[in-house]
Amino acid sequence: MGAGRLGAPMERHWGVSASSVREPAPGGPDGRRREPLRRRANSASASAVGASASAEGVRRDRPGSYSGATSASRQRVESLRKKRPLFPWFGLDIGGTLVKLVYFEPKDITAEEEEEEVESLKSIRKYLTSNVAYGSTGIRDVHLELKDLTLCGRKGNLHFIRFPTHDMPAFIQMGRDKNFSSLHTVFCATGGGAYKFEQDFLTIGDLQLCKLDELDCLIKGILYIDSVGFNGRSQCYYFENPADSEKCQKLPFDLRNPYPLLLVNIGSGVSILAVYSKDNYKRVTGTSLGGGTFFGLCCLLTGCTTFEEALEMASRGDSTKVDKLVRDIYGGDYERFGLPGWAVASSFGNMMSKEKREAVSKEDLARATLITITNNIGSIARMCALNENINQVVFVGNFLRINTIAMRLLAYALDYWSKGQLKALFSEHEGWCDRMYGRDINMSATLIRFFRVILELLEHSLSY
Amino acid sequence: MAECGASGSGSSGDSLDKSITLPPDEIFRNLENAKRFAIDIGGSLTKLAYYSTVQHKVARVRSFDHSDKDTEQDHEPPYEISVQEEVTARLHFVKFENTYIEACLDFIKDHLVNTETKVIQATGGGAYKFKDLIEEKLQLKVDKEDVMTCLIKGCNFVLKNIPHEAFMYQKGSNPEFRFQTNHPSVFPYLLVSIGSGVSIVKVGPGSWETTGLCSALLSTGCMSEPCQAQVETEDRFEWIGGSSIGGGTFWGLGALLTKTKKFDELLHLASRGQHTNVDMLVQDIYGGAHQTLGLSGNLIASSFGKSATADTEFSKEDMAKSLLHMISNDIGQLACLYARLHCLDRVYFGGFFIRGHPVTMRTITYSINFFSKGEVQALFLRHEGYLGAIGAFLKGAEQDNPNQYSWEENYAGSSGLMSSSPELCPTQRPRSGTFDLLEMDRLERPLVNLPLLLDPSSYVPDTVDLTDDALARKYWLTCFEEALDGVVKRAVASQPGSVDAAERAEKFRQKYWNKLQTLRQQPFAYGTLTVRSLLDTREHCLNEFNFPDPYSKVKQKDNGVALKCFQRVIHSLDALGWEERQLALVKGLLAGNVFDWGAKAVSDVLESDPQFGFEEAKRKLQERPWLVDSYSKWLQRLKITVE
Repeated sequence: MGAGRLGAPMERHWGVSASSVREPAPGGPDGRRREPLRRRANSASASAVGASASAEGVRRDRPGSYSGATSASRQRVESLRKKRPLFPWFGLDIGGTLVKLVYFEPKDITAEEEEEEVESLKSIRKYLTSNVAYGSTGIRDVHLELKDLTLCGRKGNLHFIRFPTHDMPAFIQMGRDKNFSSLHTVFCATGGGAYKFEQDFLTIGDLQLCKLDELDCLIKGILYIDSVGFNGRSQCYYFENPADSEKCQKLPFDLRNPYPLLLVNIGSGVSILAVYSKDNYKRVTGTSLGGGTFFGLCCLLTGCTTFEEALEMASRGDSTKVDKLVRDIYGGDYERFGLPGWAVASSFGNMMSKEKREAVSKEDLARATLITITNNIGSIARMCALNENINQVVFVGNFLRINTIAMRLLAYALDYWSKGQLKALFSEHEGWCDRMYGRDINMSATLIRFFRVILELLEHSLSY
Repeated sequence: MAECGASGSGSSGDSLDKSITLPPDEIFRNLENAKRFAIDIGGSLTKLAYYSTVQHKVARVRSFDHSDKDTEQDHEPPYEISVQEEVTARLHFVKFENTYIEACLDFIKDHLVNTETKVIQATGGGAYKFKDLIEEKLQLKVDKEDVMTCLIKGCNFVLKNIPHEAFMYQKGSNPEFRFQTNHPSVFPYLLVSIGSGVSIVKVGPGSWETTGLCSALLSTGCMSEPCQAQVETEDRFEWIGGSSIGGGTFWGLGALLTKTKKFDELLHLASRGQHTNVDMLVQDIYGGAHQTLGLSGNLIASSFGKSATADTEFSKEDMAKSLLHMISNDIGQLACLYARLHCLDRVYFGGFFIRGHPVTMRTITYSINFFSKGEVQALFLRHEGYLGAIGAFLKGAEQDNPNQYSWEENYAGSSGLMSSSPELCPTQRPRSGTFDLLEMDRLERPLVNLPLLLDPSSYVPDTVDLTDDALARKYWLTCFEEALDGVVKRAVASQPGSVDAAERAEKFRQKYWNKLQTLRQQPFAYGTLTVRSLLDTREHCLNEFNFPDPYSKVKQKDNGVALKCFQRVIHSLDALGWEERQLALVKGLLAGNVFDWGAKAVSDVLESDPQFGFEEAKRKLQERPWLVDSYSKWLQRLKITVE
């Protein structure tokens, strides 16, 4: 991150200027931005650290470490010991590609509080809540906004904002310019970037980050969301007949007895956790073939620039032109090994031939990439489930956002290869074009991460 | 899914290859005595197997009847040596690029004198493609054999018959190749065959007489039904899983990303690339070398993760390297997961993705070590490329039951590991240099472990590993080079009546000298290098030029002398007290070994002092304590046994 980043672009990105203020779109599905964002950032939150990374059996310590606290920051920590944290309530999830910022806007501010509210706090609130876009890269997901939420005895709205991780320096610079450090607040942060940018927050912004363990956050977030449900409906669901687009049905799954469960978090990479109880879990393994690989390879192979674009291409492509199937080799099923003819024998195997390379479209390549990555995750997850003797597998993470192909593929692969023994479960918040209800609710995957951040923030604050 | 596919390779330049002339003596050896054929045609390489009979001289020993003679007075040798002509069986394997297939078939047709066989066993993805060509050229009926069955038969065969067949590969360590000594219990094992896709197979008896978790899975139907392949229980196998991300993915995706068409060139690109430019590492997310998650900062968090976030151009080398890491890591991870599920700790790797390429062996080994935390061993096979051909051949030879014999690798007729490694000559290989050979001689009786050994699997007869010890290697190779003149002289002298002995001896010298030079460059070429293997190689080379045993006369004379002294030595030992006798026995053992070592110093002594004998040798022994002296402990142990 060059020094130049901290200067001029800041205003462009984050400046509170009238010109950047747009009317907030009305909440709900219709106000959602439909246009794909022209940037390469949306792929997946990168906190799921991948393949070559297997810290088996590492139990997570209690998160929330304050290191190298200055006296000013120690004061802020002190303030947390009071029953209720002071505003503003922020939570940050800094992934490898995307930063997710959650902001609680109190709606029950008394006149007295309004009076006391310092100017900088007011300007932050106004700026964040009256915009849907911040500079050229920051987006507020209006459709995700949770209204009239009661948190810690305060009523208010929860806002979700995301921006690319490479704009982090500009964000920190803004924090400095806006004098965030004077607001007696603590930035609770999770994700790899909580470590990566900790020093910058401290030295540039004079802001003390409270780092929260991301795996802890993840598990608590999922269990919490499941316990409260979503719009009165079940949070967890599975697919019946995932291979058949006519008969495919999304059915609620009661996760009342969640343990043990295998949690597969697909971000830029993939982390696989075996969860035995709220506090007892271990990272089983991970793979580096994750959402980042899908998007990265798609960029190289098709020249696409957004995750949405890559997915959209994949939805139109035909991977059997790219992959070599069992039937391409054996003319049909390979019964000796119990392999069906439709199974992929070699991903990209047809691309060894020059003629076939010339005959495929970008869409076909995108589709094959998606199928390769998804199948592989399913395969590793299945093996982990067998080794850990767990039969419910919950897939979460940004990779699955608006990614019905991948979800159905995972559901089908797990069901087929386990002969019905394993069930692939998904979280409602990963997003799902809900045809049954005839509307596109498209809940963002980021919500689940926002939730756990805000939860951790509050839970953490209250524990002092 | 083993070695199928690779349709992209066969089409290039068929026309120019027909003109090549093959050096016949060196490649299709003893073709005129060939009996039966098998062929394995992969994506880019063809492996031909044939069986031939070899007629050669053997020195046989026949004892006299000494019963009515007084041996003390007798000046006759203790036994008679007769040189006889003998016919033995040999297996030949030749590996060459598919582009040469027509030229090779033509050559075989021209040189095949008279073979009774009407059928050729064929396996591999290309067997179908070349079926008509083979039938037309050789006038043999092509009998197609299942790829995986052949692979496993071949694998079991080499593991059983070839010492130091399997090895671990550790780039940068010394030695890079660490060979496995023959394991009496190789079964069951996991074989991961990386062709265009990946097949993971569990091999051996009990491959589904599983225990614990594994049987629980079977009963719940989580695993596919076992398929009984053979009557031979060792050839039983079970396909337990696979992956579509394999060699075809590396090749296909690599060709798309780098516009490089050839597999070997892709590997070459990869060996020069930096994957960190393309992959998102843990430290890219966490900053610095962060350890909190228990993950090192250098680990890959997301393969190709950086190509999604930057508008940079990526070099071909970097992308190829990233792809190689991605695929190797993935295969290694799956292999470990399967090994764990089936409670196995040894995984053999094969298939065209490996094919002896150091770069892929390195990344696969790394991945296995990483994911299993060192609990699973990644093993490679010296003759991995031949497994299919060997298996196909064995399928066709079932009535001869080759498994009832023992087979021995013939060092004189085998090219050795990495003879055509793309790493050694990455771009343009010389055409004739692409032929790789393996020959195995049939021993008339099966070899078994010495029953007196407490634990045959841990018994290593060779005291010095010359692959490991560079200094000792240099010393011994020089030693054998310097002794070569003497051996040549001795060989000529051993056949006084032969007219071409000198000429054959000269050919022997050339061949053995070349082998020694190969071993200087590649000490791992034939497994662990030992003094014994150097002697074996010399013997194989001598045999090839029809010198069965140049030392037979010398040994005959020495044995005669020894027998004469024998009674006297026994008497003098008997006269000693118990403890004295033990020391005398050990000293005698050491003195005897001074001769047996054949060390240069000893041969110098013997040449300068013909009278130097057993007593002189005993006097030359150094006083106790010896260099390695456990005599007292030995004596103590003996005493307990006696009591």
